[in-house]
Amino acid sequence: MSILIDKTTKVIVQGLTGREGSFHAEQMLSYGTRVVGGVTPGKGGKEVQGLPVFDSVVEAAKETGAGASVIFVPAVHASDAILEAADAGIGLIVCITEGIPVHDMLVVARALEGSQSRLIGPNCPGVITPGEAKIGIMPGYIHAKGNIGVISRSGTLTYEAVFQLTAAGLGQSTCIGIGGDPLIGTDFTDCLGMFEDDPETTAVLMIGEIGGAAEERAAEFIKSGAFNKPAFAHIAGLTAPEGRRMGHAGAIISGGTGTAGKKVETLADAGVKIITDPSAIGETVSAGLSVERKRVTARRKAAN
Amino acid sequence: MRLHEYQAKEILRKTGIPVPNGFLASTPGEAGAAYENIGSHIAVLKSQVLAGGRGKAGGIKTAHSAEEAQFAASQMLGRRLVTSQSGPEGVHVRRLLVEEGVAVENEYYVAITIDREKKKPVVIASSSGGMEIEETARRFPEKIVREYIEPVFGLQPYQARKIAYGLGIRGNLAQLFVDVLLKLHIIFLVSDLEIAEINPLAKTEEDRFVALDSKMKIDDSALFRHEDIGKLADPLDMDPHEYEARKAGVNYIKLKGNIGCMVNGAGLAMATMDLIKSAGGEPANFLDAGGGADAEHIKKALEVLASDQRVEAILVNIFGGILRCDVLAEGIVRAARELNITVPVVVRLEGTNKAQGEKILRDSRLPLHFAATMREAGEMAVRSIRSNA
Repeated sequence: MSILIDKTTKVIVQGLTGREGSFHAEQMLSYGTRVVGGVTPGKGGKEVQGLPVFDSVVEAAKETGAGASVIFVPAVHASDAILEAADAGIGLIVCITEGIPVHDMLVVARALEGSQSRLIGPNCPGVITPGEAKIGIMPGYIHAKGNIGVISRSGTLTYEAVFQLTAAGLGQSTCIGIGGDPLIGTDFTDCLGMFEDDPETTAVLMIGEIGGAAEERAAEFIKSGAFNKPAFAHIAGLTAPEGRRMGHAGAIISGGTGTAGKKVETLADAGVKIITDPSAIGETVSAGLSVERKRVTARRKAAN
Repeated sequence: MRLHEYQAKEILRKTGIPVPNGFLASTPGEAGAAYENIGSHIAVLKSQVLAGGRGKAGGIKTAHSAEEAQFAASQMLGRRLVTSQSGPEGVHVRRLLVEEGVAVENEYYVAITIDREKKKPVVIASSSGGMEIEETARRFPEKIVREYIEPVFGLQPYQARKIAYGLGIRGNLAQLFVDVLLKLHIIFLVSDLEIAEINPLAKTEEDRFVALDSKMKIDDSALFRHEDIGKLADPLDMDPHEYEARKAGVNYIKLKGNIGCMVNGAGLAMATMDLIKSAGGEPANFLDAGGGADAEHIKKALEVLASDQRVEAILVNIFGGILRCDVLAEGIVRAARELNITVPVVVRLEGTNKAQGEKILRDSRLPLHFAATMREAGEMAVRSIRSNA
């Protein structure tokens, strides 16, 4: 098992006829993802990477039976693309697009309230269940099948973390890039809940960064007893200055809130093991898990 | 993108929110003429800089005659104003807003911004205007009124009335206040603002509301549909390196140190800065060449770093995903040859085609230092400066 996606997930690509959409459709196909078609309004009937192109998401979903969509359309049209996918009843919408105006995302967030669709992103690398499927732009080969769930606000820093996990012999159940924007569809807490229920996931690694309070909410969630597996976290931006947007639209310390220090403190207080050195993510998780295993074994022995 | 006070006030005025009568001046002569044009006895001269805390730093002066206005302007213009928010180097004062003095009875704070946790816009208001809202929140939390706005539906008049009553504004004045708030909400929506703030919103002795100061920040991601506002951006308000980087499509923020950083991806860039700091060094900048950066981006990014006189060492940290390490390495080699970079360059590559990338770099015979991990890269960069000193 895994969360969100597996090898049976059928995916359509919104923006398939564009450069990014077509390139990554090919990459996803060669990873083994069941990409079944694409959507570009006005280009229905064409074929890209051997995949049929439809004029609308409704038509694509009806013809292909896709339950997931990945969005590569430019920022100007991206919020419309998300809303169209939700309207067509797509269960999992992964939006890769960076630079969607925040006012557009306010409307999207309101429209998705109470809907059956789950949005991942925007401004994210996507979701991968190693060895089964990837819906996104992450390099597939750095991943390995295993039991660590990864949740991250970043792109390349996630690749770095995953690469280190794999090198340390720790495979991943599912890795989710939740996105670097101030308004995103799925956050740490949602993912923690899903990983808690996934028997294949034995521990979780979170990669956070400055800005917002998503890490603090995750800490609260863990503290409340809703997540009980070993959790590790690295927070980027301990040295970031206040009031400057650090690349990601969401990565900004304002009015003294959203600092890395506060996030680290809150997570540590919830029992999350903090990884301070980003070049020691693999070894820290590995060491932490072997301590955990010894603790569990000792507890079992004591119980016997 | 932040707007200057005079730009924000122009938007308020056009939308029908009263602002003091005023003129922009970039020379003492113009300031004197502005005083005459205003026709009020007291004029206020306000430095137009993109940093708060102007008043306490001497960036605002009053004048009672054209001569006084001219003299005050000669003292203010051309100086670097150091405020609590400007950083120690201060900001260059190139323009003044010369305004009529207003007889104020009460000062309020009103702002509309986005609450990212609730995913809704929110009106924040208080009866302690003039003060930074963070300070009010700390000292008088009971004086702050918050009202969430439903996206799509927008701010409703009853909500604006609720806020007025919450601040103790009643009767005819409440109607005027509601009018200001609803218009501010329109500006917030139409201009794609991240924050629309009036502070202070003054109640005058004549029982009117006047916006004495305003801060507006437009969402950079929405600038494509606001060409008019985009044109207001002045390169001289930006750090020259930040300006060059922006033109090249590279995310760059200047910091205090001397180790230039070039990284692909914002999270990895922040993590790299953190590592330099923990190794005892100071990053000169944050630089995210973009998760999907190509060789050209890499070259431009290196150009920005090489043109920064403060940079004594450069750290390149790249995780090749879609951007392959060999493509990146070619970009580095080309840039280093053209730019004649003389400071030590520490390179750490990981990911797709790492071996090919490192081979290209080694074969180039450029004076590069290779690090195996991020930590090692940070330590090498810090050491390379110490050994040069």
